[in-house]
Amino acid sequence: MVRYLARRVIAAAVLVAVVSSGALLLTRLAPGDFASELFGSGATAESIARERARYGLGRPLGAQYLDWLGRAARLDFGVSLVYHRPVIELVRQRAANTSILALAALLLATAIGLPAGIITGSRRRGFLPSVIRGLSVVLLSLPSLITSLVLVLVAARTQWFPTGGMQSAGAWDAGTLAGLADFARHLPLPSLAIALPLAAMIERVQSQSMDDVLTMPFALSTLARGVPRRRLIWRDALRPSIGPVAAIYGFVLGSLLSGSFVVEVITAWPGLGRLMYDALRARDLYLVAGCAAAGSLFLAAGSLLSDLVQAWADPRLRQREAGDPTGATT
Amino acid sequence: MRTLAAAALALIAIAALAAPWLAPNDPGETFRAFLFAPPMRPHVIAPDGSWRRPFVHPLRLASRLEQRYEEDVSHPVPLRFFAGGKLARLADDSRGPWLPLGADREGRDLLARLLFGARTSLGLAVLATLAALLIGAMAGGFAGYRGGFVDEAIMRLAEFVLVLPAVYVVLVLRSALPLVMPSWAVFSLMAGIFALVGWPWVARAVRTVVATERTRDYAAAAVSLGAGPGRVLFGHLLPACRGLLGVQAILLLPSFILAEATLSYVGLGFPDTVPSWGSMLHQASDVNAIADFPWTLAPAAAIFAVTLAANLLVEKSSRVL
Repeated sequence: MVRYLARRVIAAAVLVAVVSSGALLLTRLAPGDFASELFGSGATAESIARERARYGLGRPLGAQYLDWLGRAARLDFGVSLVYHRPVIELVRQRAANTSILALAALLLATAIGLPAGIITGSRRRGFLPSVIRGLSVVLLSLPSLITSLVLVLVAARTQWFPTGGMQSAGAWDAGTLAGLADFARHLPLPSLAIALPLAAMIERVQSQSMDDVLTMPFALSTLARGVPRRRLIWRDALRPSIGPVAAIYGFVLGSLLSGSFVVEVITAWPGLGRLMYDALRARDLYLVAGCAAAGSLFLAAGSLLSDLVQAWADPRLRQREAGDPTGATT
Repeated sequence: MRTLAAAALALIAIAALAAPWLAPNDPGETFRAFLFAPPMRPHVIAPDGSWRRPFVHPLRLASRLEQRYEEDVSHPVPLRFFAGGKLARLADDSRGPWLPLGADREGRDLLARLLFGARTSLGLAVLATLAALLIGAMAGGFAGYRGGFVDEAIMRLAEFVLVLPAVYVVLVLRSALPLVMPSWAVFSLMAGIFALVGWPWVARAVRTVVATERTRDYAAAAVSLGAGPGRVLFGHLLPACRGLLGVQAILLLPSFILAEATLSYVGLGFPDTVPSWGSMLHQASDVNAIADFPWTLAPAAAIFAVTLAANLLVEKSSRVL
């Protein structure tokens, strides 16, 4: 187990190094750099040259990269050219915002999707299961690009929720409680936009799995012992059926943490995905590399978590992993 | 249900192909007097309650400040079908153009842009899907057939691409290239990027099938009859993956349409001059405009329709896999 974990951690470190280096190099090689983007076409050649010299942008690619790599290995990701603040500080702050959004969305999606999946998986016919199934097929076809646009439309027309942002200006001045209340009003729209298609996905997976488990011999024998069907479904069959959802859970969490990019852009949520996008547009290359590192780190952590939860839910997998020579259980 | 979904997809494809005939106006033509005009529904019942041949009430500006229009019921303009190379057009457009789905912020016909946008968006998605299938089938087939070191290397590469944060990769790759490019360059470039991100899914599935199929008797028979590796792989093993490739194609297609929409929405895809579903959404991205003129979200409905049809089409088959 320790060896397995060590291997996964090393693989994750390599992934993070490759992705952030790739992002840095590609952004560096791209036409235009921070200075030229900053001044636009109206800048004089001298002022561009001066800014370049100030940030060391004119150095040869190799020297600049090696310098960055050496410092990144010591967790110093440099200073953002736009914000004039350490990249790691910016990324940490934005990643916190993204985590709140991701966790809210995941909780919401689970609260909707899991019970719905248990209902449709345990009953083939009936009014409620058919309604849920139909809804779920529709929601699966609504990517969060569309749900967030539609929710913004609804919010703008009804004024139920603010259409964007994380907090209103000056909301925290009125006290912590007022600030939290304001935050709670901003959270539902983006988290619902992410949660709706996700809930449908969880529902489909759980439904299939519940259906499979209920046809197993142990389910029949439990029923034969006189255990009520309701109790069999909600207690005995639940744990063996949770595996597939658990398997996608970590991966979903990882990809949500690496930035629900579209939703963050549409609803102006100051998260990691948006930071990455802004950094790319401004050619703020150290910030780009920092965001890419954080994103791939979250993704790797999510898939590791996914495998661990799966191993917890299904002891048979632990055996297989111990004997798995590649460790590539994805 | 599957037949219905397939028919819907075919219908959308035909509509895209027949765009110049179906769209009443040119997608680039701006009607300055009709910014954000609402959809103009064809009527068959006249205000006095009698039935007429299909006609349209022309729009009249009610408030310039609010961009509000009202129907001018006193001057119905009949529609003429199959005239002048169009399915339907106004018999007399002196009172303004016919905008069946309304107009965008520049006063362009949304229906025309939606239809011509379907050509761009669907064409791009189809091209990217074909490229991803080609790369995936080659890589997966080769890996599954040769086994050993080659298999290991190709599958490691595929797994590596799969764990990359796809959104970041696409964003970085796209922004590493010049922002302003000719539209054919944007088109092929985006198709290339999507194919590079999408091929591992295909490769993994194809590899599994090829690796098991090559141990079957018919593959052994082909080898003992003297067929070379190329013939066995392309003539016998890859055809066994046909159904699988079809499913993969239908799974990839909507995700590529969505990827185009996302990239264009944030301004890294097609420019405004090229109608695509993404660049149309980019036009509609202003919150206030969405609230007042919801018909500008029409491309979102189109994306939904294609995705839903694709999902219904593979629902049963993907469960089997």
